[in-house]
Amino acid sequence: MSRKTLIPIGPYHPLQEEPELFKLYCDGEIVRDIQWVTGYNHRSIEKLSESKTYEQVFFLVERICGICSTSHPFAFANAVEEIAGIEPTDRAKYIRSIIGELERIHSHLLWVGLAGHFLGYNTVFMWAWKYREPVLDLFEMITGNRNSYAMFRVGGVRRDIETDKIVAIRKILTDVKTKTDLLTGAVMDDPVIHSRLKGVGILTKQDVLDYGAVGPTARASGVAIDVRKDDPYAAYPLVDWKVITAQEGDVFAKAEVRLLEMYESISIIEQCLKGLEKEKEGDILVKVNEIPEGIGNGRAEAPRGEVFHFVMSDGSNSPARHKIRAPSYVNIATFKKSCVGQTIADATITLAGVDPCYCCTERMAVVYDVHSGEKIMNARELIDKSIRRSQDIMEELKKSK
Amino acid sequence: MAADLFYFLVFPGLLFVGITGGFLSWFDRKVTARVQFRKGPPVLQPFYDFFKLLLVKETILPKHGSPVTFLLAPVFSVFGATMAGVFILLPLFNITTGFRGDLIVVFYLLTIPSFSYIIGALASGNPLAAVGGSREVKLILSYELTFLLVITGIIMKCGQQFEIDSIIKVQQASSPFIGSVSGVLLFVVAIFCIQAKLALVPFDMPEAETEITEGIFIEYSGTAYAFIKLTKYIMLFILPSLIVAVLLGGFRLDGINILWSMLKVLGIVLLLTLIRNTNPRIRIKQAVRFFIIWMNLIAVIALVLITFGY
Repeated sequence: MSRKTLIPIGPYHPLQEEPELFKLYCDGEIVRDIQWVTGYNHRSIEKLSESKTYEQVFFLVERICGICSTSHPFAFANAVEEIAGIEPTDRAKYIRSIIGELERIHSHLLWVGLAGHFLGYNTVFMWAWKYREPVLDLFEMITGNRNSYAMFRVGGVRRDIETDKIVAIRKILTDVKTKTDLLTGAVMDDPVIHSRLKGVGILTKQDVLDYGAVGPTARASGVAIDVRKDDPYAAYPLVDWKVITAQEGDVFAKAEVRLLEMYESISIIEQCLKGLEKEKEGDILVKVNEIPEGIGNGRAEAPRGEVFHFVMSDGSNSPARHKIRAPSYVNIATFKKSCVGQTIADATITLAGVDPCYCCTERMAVVYDVHSGEKIMNARELIDKSIRRSQDIMEELKKSK
Repeated sequence: MAADLFYFLVFPGLLFVGITGGFLSWFDRKVTARVQFRKGPPVLQPFYDFFKLLLVKETILPKHGSPVTFLLAPVFSVFGATMAGVFILLPLFNITTGFRGDLIVVFYLLTIPSFSYIIGALASGNPLAAVGGSREVKLILSYELTFLLVITGIIMKCGQQFEIDSIIKVQQASSPFIGSVSGVLLFVVAIFCIQAKLALVPFDMPEAETEITEGIFIEYSGTAYAFIKLTKYIMLFILPSLIVAVLLGGFRLDGINILWSMLKVLGIVLLLTLIRNTNPRIRIKQAVRFFIIWMNLIAVIALVLITFGY
């Protein structure tokens, strides 16, 4: 048994901009085991959300992640609207979908650039980010912000997309499409990229199902999971599009899925713009007076996978309980399968391959006595309790059979 | 003795190669920036970088490691690179020393920076530096044989002469070696060898910023790192100069030909820059296979062609 070296990636490392720690236990260049530590960036969003009104929570959850800053408000809106039992107007739905898809385009372009950077291919990095600029300009035109768009509210959206803007959007979209063609060609036809990414960090279909991976990570392994199709929301059932999948499960397949998804997004936006033209201008908001007591589940397909928001309302003007699950939280767990056995060079690009977002992933749980304020359970005890609970359920199930 | 010292320290030694290398480094960065739609640094940026590291920044020593070896390694690397530079540039500037067989000495001297990096990296006691060091060893093992084959080819082409001076004279009397089929093959192989020697993408895995955070240089800071930067500037000048000397017919130092000589060096640096900006970093295993199988194969084909007079 040879001695293993610990290669740390993090807490501060050029691979990822956010603080995180991956411990690669290496035997020479081969990664034999991997552990990860998060928790450097915890901001207690869920707790904060309970002290804010529903309108304010939109601004809060928007700031969970800077890149997919629309998916969280999207899911939260879906959850709150489920409690209130309201249906936004078609125009609002189209606008929501346009924002969501534009965000997917800019997020995927950002990933392609970063993946190039991780491979030492800085030209792709700079080019992809340059081509991402028009999308951000488009956001500024539609919403007033390049990022964190503040477009969502309960019952609709804040700003309308006027007819004269639609022409400009179409023009920029055509431009983005030609640039995407160029980038896709450069990435998909480069033999060096092929030799570097194919067969790296393979995640089989079974692994995806075992770990419950979502988003492009799952779709690259042949699992056609997409909330937009599985649990349709906003304008997605009104337009025609398909879920992109690949079968190989390696990093190249993940890149392929993302690149092809951008074309789907462009097509969705074009159809939504057509839909917008049919609707009456300014009809973007359903008046909501109060949120009744109840619970709501909201889901949205973020660029990285499914975002899930659970909201419990006690009839007051702020959520009684707000639970968030972001896609990276489940996707990061797949590293155990995809990184072990790779070389360090391949492990780093595999880590980047799922496009992890750590600030979405931070978790904290404290169990304390309400009266004295003392902590009464630590992490280990909580896990043990959870395991015992699962075992009890299993036994109950057996008995009932 | 005084002349030797002048050669080593001023021209064509330390001062000259350092300054020229700095400007070439700026050229490399500027071209890279333009390729990537960026503005790029001002002309003097490499010198600002160097003097900031040399004079302003503190040198931090790793806690676990051998400080003497760690600090001496960059000094040796500068020394080796400058020495190689002197031997390459003296014949290029038509200064004859009467030293025969300098091509072989240059071959050995050019490996000193790489070895110093490895020793310095291992002396730092950092696991990431150790990974970088082991990658550099693998890289050296793969490209040195290829580089030797290139030099063998050149020696065969000019009729068993080991002197850079006479190699240049042979080319200037007839035509540069690159004008033949075997010359082109040798040129291609040589370009990839110096790409690996300079540790530029796609062969930058000993440094690999996003994998092992500059690997072999991770613990270096301040003055020690300034010396490493200087070595890199020098190598960026002398390796293309070597190619110019042995394959492109050397420099001519009369009238308009001076400009032409400078363009030769700039052209090779441009080629290296473009290669590094249009490729991702490959795995160390792929690099070893690339040199051991493909580049050696091309070099051997070139040698066979030379034997038949092509």
